[in-house]
Amino acid sequence: MTATEISTPAIERSSVEPAVAESPVAPPAAPLAPGRSAGIVSAQVARGLSRATRNAAWFLAGACVVVAVWQVVAGLAEGLPTPLTSARTLGGMLADPFYDNGPNDKGVGIQLGISLQRGFAGFFLAALVGIPAGLLLGSVRPAWMAFNPIVQVLRPVSPLAWYPIWLVVFKDPPPAAIFVIFITALWPTLISTAAGLAEIPPDQRNVARVFRFGRFAYLRHVLVPNALPSIITGLRVSMGIGWMVIVAVEMLSGNTGIGYFVWDSYNTGRLDLVIAAIVLIGLIGFVIDSALLWLSRRFAIEGVRS
Amino acid sequence: MTLELRGLRKMFRGRRGEPQEVLRGIDLTITTGEFVSFIGHSGCGKSTLLNVVGGLVRADAGDVLIDGRPVDGPGPERAMVFQNYSLLPRLSLLANVREAVRAARPDWERDRVDEMVEHYLSAVGLWPHRHKRPAQVSGGMAQRAAVARAFAVGPRTLLLDEPFGALDALTRSRLQQQLTDLWGNESETETVLMVTHGLDEAILLADRIVVMANAPHPSVRAIIEVPIPRPRDRVGITGHPAYAGIQTQLVDLLVADHELALI
Repeated sequence: MTATEISTPAIERSSVEPAVAESPVAPPAAPLAPGRSAGIVSAQVARGLSRATRNAAWFLAGACVVVAVWQVVAGLAEGLPTPLTSARTLGGMLADPFYDNGPNDKGVGIQLGISLQRGFAGFFLAALVGIPAGLLLGSVRPAWMAFNPIVQVLRPVSPLAWYPIWLVVFKDPPPAAIFVIFITALWPTLISTAAGLAEIPPDQRNVARVFRFGRFAYLRHVLVPNALPSIITGLRVSMGIGWMVIVAVEMLSGNTGIGYFVWDSYNTGRLDLVIAAIVLIGLIGFVIDSALLWLSRRFAIEGVRS
Repeated sequence: MTLELRGLRKMFRGRRGEPQEVLRGIDLTITTGEFVSFIGHSGCGKSTLLNVVGGLVRADAGDVLIDGRPVDGPGPERAMVFQNYSLLPRLSLLANVREAVRAARPDWERDRVDEMVEHYLSAVGLWPHRHKRPAQVSGGMAQRAAVARAFAVGPRTLLLDEPFGALDALTRSRLQQQLTDLWGNESETETVLMVTHGLDEAILLADRIVVMANAPHPSVRAIIEVPIPRPRDRVGITGHPAYAGIQTQLVDLLVADHELALI
C-alpha cells in the first residue's frame, strides 16, 4: 500500500509534465483524468513538504521504531502489555479521568491533579525560600562562605532520604511528600539564584555606585534584570526534577497521587495502567518544561546582549 | 575646586598571589577648569588612578582631596564614563540617562531632571533615538549616551576612562568635538580627567598630559603642558608650532619607558 503510493507520483510526473509544457495555455486542472490529477497533487505535495511536516514524519518514524521494539519485547517477556493493550488502556483512562469511587479508586486525572498540586506546592515553597537565600548567599560573601559548603554536601543527597524526617515532623504523608519536593527544588533554585548575582557585570555595579543608585533602583535596574535569566533556569531545573521525584515519593507515601497510582497498578498486576501513567506523566512534564523554557527565553534574550 | 592627589599607592595581588605595584607615590594637583589626559602603556595604572579618583577603588595609602576634603567613595560630582559604555541593557537610552539623574540628584524636581536629560541627549544628537535600547544602537551612539548621562548629573569633575578607544576614527573625532563643546560651553562641568591610549587625542583635548610609567617605577613619569589655544580642531592643531614637539616628547617618553620595562 505504502509502496504504491510513493511510487505513483514519480510515474505520473514523468508522463504528465511534458504534456503541460507543450500546451501551456490549457487550464491544467480541468480536463485530466481522476488518477492523473491525484498524481499531480501528490507530486506537488511531495515537493512542497514543509519543514514541519518533515519533522512530523521523522517523529512518526521514531515512534514506529519504539512501538515495534516494544511489540517484540512484549512478545518475549511474559506479562508485559503490548502497545495496543496499553493504548486501549490509556484511551479508557482518558475517557473518564475524573471518576471518584472512594479513597482506593480514583480516576487518573484526579491522581495527576493531586500530584501536580503537591509538586507546585513544594516548588513554590522552594522558590519562596531558595530565591531570597540565593540572593543572600550571592551578595554577602560571609554568608556564601558559611553556607555554601553545607549546600554542596546536601545537594547530592537524594531528596527521598528526607522523607522519614518530614514524616516525623508532620506525622502525615501528604505534607511530608510536599516537603520532599521542597528539598528537591530548593538546591537548584538557590544555587542558580546565587550564580545569577555573580553574573552582574562589574561595570553595571560601578554605574550604580557612581550615580548613587538607591537600594530599589539597584534592585530594579541592575540586580533583577541580570539575575532573572539564571533564576528562571534554576526554577526550570527544579520543576523538572520535582516532577520526577513526586512519583517516587508518592510510591512511598501511598494513598493518593500518580506515584501511588503507579505502585497500586503494579500491585494489582496492571502494567498497562503503569505504562499509560508513564506516558501521561511524561506529557505533563514536557508541557511544564516547555512553558518554563519559553519564559526563560523571554527573559534571557535581552539580558545576554549588552 | 582643586583636585589634589597626595602620595597615592595601590597594590594588587597577581594571579599567583604575588604583589604587583600599580601606583607608587602619585602626587598631582589639578586646578579648576583643567582638562588633564593620562597616557601610558597598558598596565601602567592609569585606569586604576582614575578609579581611585572616582572612588571606585580604594588606595592603599594616600589621599584624594577635593578642595582639601578627602574623597570617600564614588559620587555624581565625579561622574564617570567607562570604556565599554556601561549602559544598563534593559533600559532605553532615555531611561539610562534619566534613572542616573534621578538617583544622583534626588533633590531635583522632576521638571529639572527631564530638562537636563533632554538637553544632554540632544547635545550629543541622540534625542531622536532616545527610545532605543543599547543593543539596538552602534557603539558610538552608546558611548554618546554614556557621555550624556555623565554630563546630565551636573558633575563638577568628569572622569573618562578610554572613552573612545573602541570606536572607529571618524566617530571618535566627532565625539571628541562634542566632548570639548560640552565641557567648554554647554555644561557646569569644570574639570576633566581622561585616560587615553591616543597621543593625538591627548594633545587635541588636554591642557596637561600626565605620562605614566610602568613597573618597576609605576608613577608619574612626566607632565607635559599643551600651550595650544582653544578652540582646537584636529586638522588645524597639527600645524601649530608646539604640536610636533609635544608629540615627539610623548613618543620618546613612551618608547623609553617601554625599553625600561623590557630590561
